[in-house]
Amino acid sequence: MNLGAIARHRLFWPLVALVVLLVASALKSPAFLEVTVRDGHLFGGPVDILRRSSVLLLVALGMTLVIATRGIDLSVGAVMAIAGAVALSQIAASPDPGALSTVLLAMLTALAVALGIGVFNGFLVAVVGIQPIVATLIFMTAGRGIAMLITGGQITTVTSAPYKTIASGYWLGLPVAALIAALIFGATALLTRRTALGVLIESVGINPSASRLAGVRARTIIWTVYVICAAFACIAGFIKSSDIMAADSNNAGLFIELDAILAVVIGGTSLAGGKFSLTGTLVGSLVITTLTLSITILGIPVNAVSLFKALVVIAVCLLQSPVVQHRMRSRRRRAAPVPVEVPA
Amino acid sequence: MTTSPSAIPADQPAQPAASDRPPVVAMTGITVTFPGVKALDGVDLRLFPGEVHALMGENGAGKSTLIKALTGVYSIDAGTIVVDGTERTFTGPAQAQLAGISTVYQEVNLCDNLSVAENVMLGHEVRRAGLVDFRATRRAAREHLKALNLDIDPASTLSSHSLAVQQLVAICRAMVVDARVVILDEPTSSLDVDEVERLFAVVRDLRSRGVAILFVSHFLEQVYAISDRMTVLRNGTLVGEYRTADLPRVELVQKMIGRSLEVLEQLEEAPKRVVAERGDVQPYVQAIGLGRKGSIEPFDLDVYPGEVVGLAGLLGSGRTELARLLYGADRSDVGELRVDGQPTKLRTPRSALARRIVYSSESRKTEGIIGDLTVRENIVLGLQAERGWLRRIPQRKADEVVAQYVEQLGIRPANPDAIAGNLSGGNQQKVLLARWLATQPKLLLLDEPTRGIDVGAKAEIQRLVAELAEQGMAVVFISAELEEVLRLSHRIAVLRDRRKIGELTNGDDVTTDDVVDLIASGGQDA
Ligand SMILES: Nc1ncnc2c1ncn2[C@@H]1O[C@H](COP(=O)(O)OP(=O)(O)OP(=O)(O)O)[C@@H](O)[C@H]1O
Ligand SMILES: [Mg+2]
Repeated sequence: MNLGAIARHRLFWPLVALVVLLVASALKSPAFLEVTVRDGHLFGGPVDILRRSSVLLLVALGMTLVIATRGIDLSVGAVMAIAGAVALSQIAASPDPGALSTVLLAMLTALAVALGIGVFNGFLVAVVGIQPIVATLIFMTAGRGIAMLITGGQITTVTSAPYKTIASGYWLGLPVAALIAALIFGATALLTRRTALGVLIESVGINPSASRLAGVRARTIIWTVYVICAAFACIAGFIKSSDIMAADSNNAGLFIELDAILAVVIGGTSLAGGKFSLTGTLVGSLVITTLTLSITILGIPVNAVSLFKALVVIAVCLLQSPVVQHRMRSRRRRAAPVPVEVPA
Repeated sequence: MTTSPSAIPADQPAQPAASDRPPVVAMTGITVTFPGVKALDGVDLRLFPGEVHALMGENGAGKSTLIKALTGVYSIDAGTIVVDGTERTFTGPAQAQLAGISTVYQEVNLCDNLSVAENVMLGHEVRRAGLVDFRATRRAAREHLKALNLDIDPASTLSSHSLAVQQLVAICRAMVVDARVVILDEPTSSLDVDEVERLFAVVRDLRSRGVAILFVSHFLEQVYAISDRMTVLRNGTLVGEYRTADLPRVELVQKMIGRSLEVLEQLEEAPKRVVAERGDVQPYVQAIGLGRKGSIEPFDLDVYPGEVVGLAGLLGSGRTELARLLYGADRSDVGELRVDGQPTKLRTPRSALARRIVYSSESRKTEGIIGDLTVRENIVLGLQAERGWLRRIPQRKADEVVAQYVEQLGIRPANPDAIAGNLSGGNQQKVLLARWLATQPKLLLLDEPTRGIDVGAKAEIQRLVAELAEQGMAVVFISAELEEVLRLSHRIAVLRDRRKIGELTNGDDVTTDDVVDLIASGGQDA
C-alpha cells in the first residue's frame, strides 16, 4: 500500500487524531504514556483509556448496528441508568450484598428489564413504523424517571465486592471492564460477520423495500438490533454504576447517546444506514474517550471543554468527507472522476 | 476504426440540413475511468439542432457514462466538451440544465414522496409575488402531462404510480425546461406501444423546433423509427457515427456486438415453446377469486409446472399487482390461493420464498438491487434469505453460484466484488435475475425481466426462461413488449383496468393483433 492509499483509508484521520491527542498529552505530562506494573496489575494512561472507553464502546457497538439499519437509539443513556438502578437496588435489598449469587441474580434481572425496553423500542420501530428518533425518545425522556422510581428517588449505594470487580477489578493484569468490552466486541464481530446477520443488516439499511422483496425478514432484523443495543447499554450501565458503586439515575450515561453516535460516525458508518464497521466504531470510541481524558491533562479551561471537543470532532469529520478527500487528492493529481451525486 | 462505407468522416456532416448549422454539443476524445475500469476511452459525440441522435451499444458499453460525463455527474479524465461553440465543464446536472441541456437518466430519479405536479415542476414552480402559486403550478403540470397523454391526478404522490408512469413523469419534467438539448436514456424501456408513440410525437415536435435530442434504447425498431443519426459504442470505445438511413439493422448489430452474423441469426431463432404434457398434473399455483381492493379485482389463474403464462395488458392494467399477490408482496383480501394443492396464505415475500415462489420486480432500483452491496452479495441474497441469517452461505458455495450466473447471463464486469450499484443498467437487471434463478424456484414471477437489456442478452434470457420451463419450472412472464410475451408463453392471460378479462392459448396462429383485439374488446366477445 502506498502512502496515498493509506491516507485515503477511512480510519486514517481518526487514527491520526488519536495519536496527536496521545502525543500532546504525553508532552504536557510525560508520565501519561508510562505503563507500570503494580501488584501484578497494569497501570498508566493507556490502560486508563482502555478501561474508561469500555462504557462508550459497548454503547457505540449497539448503536452501530442500529444506525446500519437506518435507525438511531436515543434511549441508551436511560437504559444505562435503569440497569444500574435495578441491579443496585436489588443488591441493596438483599440480605447478603457481598454474595456472588446475589450480584448475578441482580444483573440478570436488570438485563431482563433492558431487553424488555429493547423489545419495546424495536416493536415501535419495526412493527408500528414509528420513526426511530421519536420511538426511542420515549425511553430517553421517561427512562430516568423510571430509574428514579426504582431507587425511590435516591442515589442507591451498596458495598459489594463482586459488583465492584466489574469496573475496578483486574484479571490477568488487565482491567475487567476493558476485558468485558473486548469480549463483547469479539462476540459482536463473530455474530455479524461469521453469520449472515451483518450483510442482512446492511441490506435492510441500504434498501429496505428491496430487502423485503428479496425475502429478508427486515422487520425481525430491525427489531433484533434494538434489543441488542439495549442489552449492550445495560452492560455499560453495570460498569458505570460499579465504577462509583452507586445508581445515580440523573447522571448515569447522561448524553452518552451523543458520544456514541459520534463514535460511530467517526468510525465511518454513515447515518444514512448500510455498510457498517465495528473496527471503525472501536477507533471512534477510543478517540472520544482519549479526547475527554486529554482535555483535563492539557489543562483546557472547563468552560471551553465542549468547544474543544466539538472542534476535534468537526476536524475529523471534515477530513473524512468525500468532498474534502477529493479536493486534497486532485490537488496532487488533476481531475479524477468524482461521483458528486449520482442520479442513476 | 471502421471500414464500413456508411461511416461518415468526422468532418463531413451527415445531412445537408445540419451542415449549415454547427453542432450544439460536440464532445471529443472523452475518457472516463473509474477505479479499475476504463468506462470510456477517447469517445466523440456530436449533437445537431433539429436532429434525433441515437446512442447505441451493448450493456455496459458506456452510453450512460457518456451522458453523465456531458452533464457533469462524472468529471472527465481527458477530452473536451464544446457547447454552442464554447468549451464547457459542468460541475453537475443543475449547471448543465441552466445551459439548456435537459436529461432523463436511465433510472427514474424523482422524489418518491412528492406529488406528480411537484416532481414535474420542481424548480420551475409558477410564482406570484415571490410565493409559489400551487394552484397555477398544478395547472401547468397538468398541461405538460397532457402533452404525453398522461391522464393522472397531478396531486397524487409519485410513488403511488407504476414505474412506466414514473418514467413518463420524468420525461415530462425534462420538457418543462426550455431546453435546446434533450437527453433520454432508455426512456421507453417500460412503455407500451401507445406511450412510445405519444413520446415520439413529442420528440418529433421538439425536433421540428430545432431541439437536439439524444436517444438511447435497446429497441432497434424505435431507433430506426425516430433517429436521424447514430453513434455506436463498444466496450467504452467509439465505433463510429452513421446516418441511420445508411446503416442497415444487421450491420448496426454487428457493429454493436463486434461479432459475426451467425450470432444475429441465432438471435432471430425463436426459443422452442414445447407445449407441456399436462396429463393429470395439478397446477403448482392456483388462484381462485384472489383479489385485493384498489389493486386488482378477483381473478382465477392456474400455473402448471413447465408452463410459461404471459400477462398482457396496457399500462396500469394490473399485471404487476397480480404478480405481487402471488408473491405475498401485497396481501390478498379475498379469494384463495393454492400452492401445490394446499390452501395457502402468503403474508410476506418470505413465506412465498419458503414455497419456492420468487418475484423479480420491474423496478430494479427501488425494489431490486441493493446498491452498496457487491454483485456477489446481491446474487446470493435470495438464497441467504431463504436459509435465514444464522446459516451463512459458505464462501465457496457463493463463489460457485455467482460464477455460474455471471457466466451464463454475461454479467459485465465479471467481477463478483464490484459494487452492484456501479454496474450499467442492463447488467444490474442481470444480477437481479441471477439472484432469483439461484434459488431454483418452482414458480418464477418475472416482471419486465428484460428491461434495459441489450439485443444479444435479451435473446439469451428468453432462451433461458424457455429452457427452465422445459425442465419443469412454472413461469409467469410480464412484459410491455407483446412480441416477447407471445414468443415465450404457452398461455396468455389478458388484463385490463385491473381485471383479468380473458385467456388465450398460444399457438402459431395467434398474433399480437389477437391480443390487442382482446384488450380492446374488454373481453366481451372472448
Ligand atoms: N460509478 C461507477 N463506478 C465504477 N464503474 C462504473 C460506474 N459507472 C459505470 N461504471 C462502469 O462503466 C461501464 C459503462 O457503464 P454504462 O452505465 O455507461 O453502460 P451503458 O452503456 O449505459 O449500459 P446499459 O445499456 O446497460 O445501460 C460499465 O462497465 C460499468 O460497470
Ligand atoms: Mg445505461
